[in-house]
Order: sequence, then C-alpha cells, then structure tokens
Amino acid sequence: MQKEKITTKIWFEEEEPNNPFAAKRSYCSGYDVYGDLLGKISWSEYIYLLFKLEKPQPWQAELLEAIAIAIANPGPRDLSVRGAMNGGVGGSTAASCLMAALAPGAGKNGGAREVYQVMRLWQQCQFDLSTWQQKLSNYQDEEEVEVWPASEHSPGFDPYGASCATPVLQTLNHLATICPDGSLAYLSTHREQLEQAADCPLAMTGVIAAAFTDLELTDEQAEMLFLLLRLPGAAVHSLEQKKLGWRKYPFFGEGLTLTNDPGPASSQPITEASL
Amino acid sequence: MKGPGTLIKAEDNWHTDIGAAFVGERVVFRGKDLFTELNDISWFKHFIFGITNKMFSDNEIKLMEKIWSLTMSYPDPRIWNNRIAALSASAKSTGALAIAASTACSEANVYGTNAGFLAIDFIKRAQSIVDKNKDLAKFVLNELKTNRSIPGFGRPVANSDERITPLLNEAKKLGLANGPHTQLTFEIEKILYESRYKLRMNAAGINSALIADIGFTTREQYYGIIIAFSSGILPCFIDAVSHEEGTFFPLPCSRLSYKGRGDRNW
Repeated sequence: MQKEKITTKIWFEEEEPNNPFAAKRSYCSGYDVYGDLLGKISWSEYIYLLFKLEKPQPWQAELLEAIAIAIANPGPRDLSVRGAMNGGVGGSTAASCLMAALAPGAGKNGGAREVYQVMRLWQQCQFDLSTWQQKLSNYQDEEEVEVWPASEHSPGFDPYGASCATPVLQTLNHLATICPDGSLAYLSTHREQLEQAADCPLAMTGVIAAAFTDLELTDEQAEMLFLLLRLPGAAVHSLEQKKLGWRKYPFFGEGLTLTNDPGPASSQPITEASL
Repeated sequence: MKGPGTLIKAEDNWHTDIGAAFVGERVVFRGKDLFTELNDISWFKHFIFGITNKMFSDNEIKLMEKIWSLTMSYPDPRIWNNRIAALSASAKSTGALAIAASTACSEANVYGTNAGFLAIDFIKRAQSIVDKNKDLAKFVLNELKTNRSIPGFGRPVANSDERITPLLNEAKKLGLANGPHTQLTFEIEKILYESRYKLRMNAAGINSALIADIGFTTREQYYGIIIAFSSGILPCFIDAVSHEEGTFFPLPCSRLSYKGRGDRNW
C-alpha cells in the first residue's frame, strides 16, 4: 500500500540513521536550518523565508522587522490583548490566553480580517485613486453570506478616530522610508484623500496592509502574519495580569444595565399564595 | 467623521437584554429568572432559547438533538476537526484547549459550520425562488455554474451521505419531515442528480432544510451548530489521551513529500 504523505514546498527532512522519526537535517526551501541558517540570519529574514520561500532583500527584511515591532503590542486596551488578559486574571492556561487574543484579534474591527480586507482592496484598486475613493466611500463586503459579521466601517480606517493617531502616522512614515516607491508611499501621499473617502482617519490595519502589499504577501498570508505578529503583547499582558490577580483588574461592576430585569420578586419561590 | 463620541458614551455603559448575574442572589437569562422560570427545561431547550429567544416545542427540540447526534459528531479521529483533539491529546495538552481548537476549526468551508451556514442560506433562497414561481432548475444550475458548488449538495471523500435516511426517519417519527424546505431540498437533489454533475444531497442540505422548516433564521442555525461537533471531538481526545504519548498516527521523516527548492547555501 502506498503510504499517504504530506506534500510541502516548505520543508524537507533527512532522518537520523538510527531513528526514522528524528530529523538529522531540516531544510527550509533548500536551506539547512540548523546547519546553515541558525546564527547567520535574523528572525525577520527567517519569517520572510518561511512565507515567501526565498531570501529577502535587505529592505524586505528591514520592513518586516519594523512591522513586527510596530504591531507586537497593541497595548492593554486593545480587544485582542484584553481577551488574553481575561485568560490571565482567571488563571487560564497559557495557550488559552493566546487563543483568547486570537479570537478578537481575528476580527473585522482592528483585527486580521480587516487586514485581509485591505489587502483585497489593494488588489482591486492598486494606484487608482478614483477606484479607492469609490470603494472606501461605500464599502461593501465581498461575500454577502459569510460567517463573519458584516463590516461596519471601511477597512483600514478607524471608525472612531478624530484624526490619524500619532503612532499610526509614525509607523507609516517610518515604513515608507524603508520602501519609498510602493503602496506605503502611495498611502502616505494620498492619506488625506483616502481618509475623506472613508470618512475616518487611517488606522494601523491600513498601514500594515500597505506594508504587506509592498512585501507581495497574499491576502491570506497577510491575515495569518498579522495574527502571529500581534501575539507578544497579548502574552506579556496576560502574564502580568495573572500575577496581579483579578481584584486589580476591571470587572465593570457598575457598567451593565439590564433593560428587561424582571426584578427580584420573581426569584421568590412559587408559593400557594402566588398561584 | 464620527469621532470618539460613540466610545465616550459607551464607557462603563453596556445596555443589554440578554442577561446578568446578580451574584449571591439571582440570575436573569433573556428576561427570565433562571432559577424559577427556566429551572424545568432541558439543557438543549435552554441553549436554543439563549440563541433564539424562542421556546421551541419538545418535538422541535428533539429534532435538533437528532440532527446533532446523528449527523454532526462522529467519534472518528481521522476527521479533521476531531483529529486536532486527538493530536492535542497525543501531545498531552488539555481537553479544553483541544475542544476549543477543534470547535474553532469546525467553522470550515468543506464541512462543518460554514458549510451549514451556506446551506441554509441556499435553501432559503431556493424557497423564495419557488414562492415567486420562478424556474427552480435554472436557479440551481446557475448557482452551480457561478460558484462551482451548491451548499448542501456533494461531499468530499464520499459520493453519498449515510446520515440522511436515519435522520429523515427520526424527523418522520416527530412529524417534522414534510415542511416546504425539506420537500424542496429533494426536488433540488433530483435536478442536480439528473444533471451531468450527478450531485447528491449531503447532511448539511437535509439539516438546513429541516431547521428552516421549524423557523430558524440563517444566523440562528449558524449559532446553534457551532458546538454541535463537540460530542464527537471530546471522545477522540479522551481516547487519544489514554494512549501512550505521541502514538497517534506518528509520521517518520519519509512521510514528507518535498516539492520545493534543492539544497542551497544562504
């Protein structure tokens, strides 16, 4: 019987002579990972190699590293980091804290699905301002029927922003110096026109999607990498809150208003008198 | 621009009619007191009430249970979502992590939640075509031509679906097998099977039709089946965790079929 195999362009292994289940050498797209790459290349070069199967140009590795720093920690107010901290304060497992970051961090509001949507817009609009303006002024989800909730704002822009936030601008400016003639540069030049069309200021998702477009990632690669690169902040904030404990973490004790509370009377046991 | 006004209003200010825990005192669940008004219903009825805000009849609840137990939870660790649980067990991870990851992955396109979501949307759209006296065959074949698949019909791995007959038998016993969506789904199967594509109905097709006939919206059906796979997932974890670590379908290096670049130096 022909044994079923995992087909891959990414990874090849030579087995140890005494154990078919242990790799003697592991190759990533032809490069010997432990014999050649380890100690020679940076983390961002390796991530680029894993996704693209080719060695990056210096500017590509530099851009990816800058992206990784820009989004490593969205901060403890971010929905994904808050998810992770809820795991931490409850004493949940480490993996569940990261999973708790991934679920909100996957969404269309500031999350990886929003980055995916902007990647799709770059494919459709490229450097055509009028197409961008038309798409952003009346953004429609590509799929009418999907498990994702419907979009409530133009992707890549901050629905509650008053103006483009300083860290977003700083990131855009820095990334555009690394890649001065692509999507980042276009976004930098046309930001205000695009913000007018979207009726919202540019958000970090919009900057990162432009950077991923300059790295020629696919929409699905961009979605995945955005999820991955935002996990460090989730990890450290969940660990910090785990140590501090739930008493020092907001419960929003007075924040909830129940609009249809039947009141405590109905919680009384049903007695003969009430029948 | 809208600006931050919405967020400013929402700070420490969440209005809801879903429920709240008055800890140490009582719990309100969709406007009802949990301990006195919902104390006497089954977990499944309670679960569906939480999703839909409707109290379905006992027979309707039984039908949903049959859909879950007969069509959605096979304890076979080769099935992709179950396999995640078995792999987690073989790696000696926890049951909750395994079931959470497996459940999340059940939201898949070729099977699972997404397939069910698309299937009920399709059968509802097909019903509206019939209601408007439009050409059903034309609608179905156009859909197939446009999307290259029809939600609720065709199946990866196998051609036929063994789940349909037992489920339909149970639906008949409950008097819930003759609704318009259910009848329509068999008409659609006839159209597709007699076409050159020879497609048969799959379980998502019959499930969606039966669920549509008892009044579920597309979203309600989606929410309802999110955890429907769990009774197949968890046994796969329990089985694999009782085996010796790492022994769940281990793969030697030779089981990688490498199609990439040859050796090179950085």
